Amino acid sequence: MQVPAPFEYERATSVEHAISLRERLGEEARFIAGGHSLLPMMKLRLANPEYLIDINDCEELFYIREEAGEIRIGAMTRHRELLDSDLLQQHFPIFRDAEEVIADPVVRNRGTLGGSLCQADPSEDLSAVCTTLDASCVIKSTSGERVVSMHDFHVGPYETAVGDAEMLTEIRIPLKPNGSSAYEKVERRAGDWAVVSAGAAVWMDGGTIAEGRVGLAAVGANTTGIGPVSDVLRGATPSEELYQQAGDIAAANCSPQTDQRGSAEYKTHLAMELTKRALRRSVARATGQEA
Amino acid sequence: MQVNMTVNGKEVSEEIEPRHLLVHFIRDQLGLTGTHWGCDTSNCGTCVVLVDGEPTKSCTTLAAMTGGHEVTTVEGLEVDNVLDPVQEGFMQCHGLQCGFCTPGMMLTARALLDKNPNPSEEVIREAISGQICRCTGYSTIVRSIQWAANHESAVSIGSAS
Repeated sequence: MQVPAPFEYERATSVEHAISLRERLGEEARFIAGGHSLLPMMKLRLANPEYLIDINDCEELFYIREEAGEIRIGAMTRHRELLDSDLLQQHFPIFRDAEEVIADPVVRNRGTLGGSLCQADPSEDLSAVCTTLDASCVIKSTSGERVVSMHDFHVGPYETAVGDAEMLTEIRIPLKPNGSSAYEKVERRAGDWAVVSAGAAVWMDGGTIAEGRVGLAAVGANTTGIGPVSDVLRGATPSEELYQQAGDIAAANCSPQTDQRGSAEYKTHLAMELTKRALRRSVARATGQEA
Repeated sequence: MQVNMTVNGKEVSEEIEPRHLLVHFIRDQLGLTGTHWGCDTSNCGTCVVLVDGEPTKSCTTLAAMTGGHEVTTVEGLEVDNVLDPVQEGFMQCHGLQCGFCTPGMMLTARALLDKNPNPSEEVIREAISGQICRCTGYSTIVRSIQWAANHESAVSIGSAS
């Protein structure tokens, strides 16, 4: 029987309450959102918090809305809401692509966007989605809030920029015209962590790509935004040659490790191939030509 | 700590350790052993119960987190000796062989039909994709749920209640 080690349980009823509990209980306290990553880690003693602060009653953290030229998503928004959201599907279909291959429908009833990002697993899909979309994260404390880019949010594997007396409350994604996006993942079995996955997003200016971004999961210490890919996409006309060039750059800019999910060589090949597929599909969607 | 919740329509109030998982609370403390305990890693889905009408893996939920919420277990499907159409469907269409996955399958089916009374086969397969039947009896499970959809009575349990 797997059971977590003993801890004290507190339930926060608001963000303010959650942060004050965190401030009081210090570094041995952890927030618990859906719990579907944290509890398995606690069962295995990979995480041993002395206090769990349950934030499922923080009702102000459940939303997806358009505001100030951004899509803003509350940190407690569950996978199922991300999957079902018409607003997200309209602007960022990459979310639905990713959500359809994250875990299974029952797990998606509980898991949250904020929890996924805060777990900071290098193979985690929503981190790759947010990296692809150049999202930023709102981190609150009693002294105010700060906004950090996805690049700065993930400090290392299982490590984020969120301090001991802070809380991730919102994810913001900039809205830009004529864009679309897609996500491609290879996994060993349905709902597993990615062997490798690639997200792509493009914003068109007529027949050319005004801006393009690619984010990869499971090929390094963090989910990785590939800057040099954006450089070749900017101002380019979409073509198979361009996708191949972007894929080759993605492969050259990642550093996967050989593990039980596959060899480094196989993962590098996937980074190339999935980058191509995600870009191809993003462009097809952005130009209304998706099959 | 003290935890209060509604289980199958009944208020329960119990003293628990904060680390107590919902599946063990239901089975060991409340004696409702219809909820099965399988992989312990949120993969197999036999521990699924409904929390506020939503299928939830009880091996990966703390009983403490469920405080103040409504839980439905497989024992809550039958009301006053009337089986839920889903239970009836599993009988009619041989929806179980060994029966280990059955409680989770039936509760997920109940939640699905509460939301979507007429699901396609594809939607049914997607809904139960978080649950594993090691007898591989998926075809008859799908047929059982379709039977239930075609024979929904006025009896309704879970999120619709």
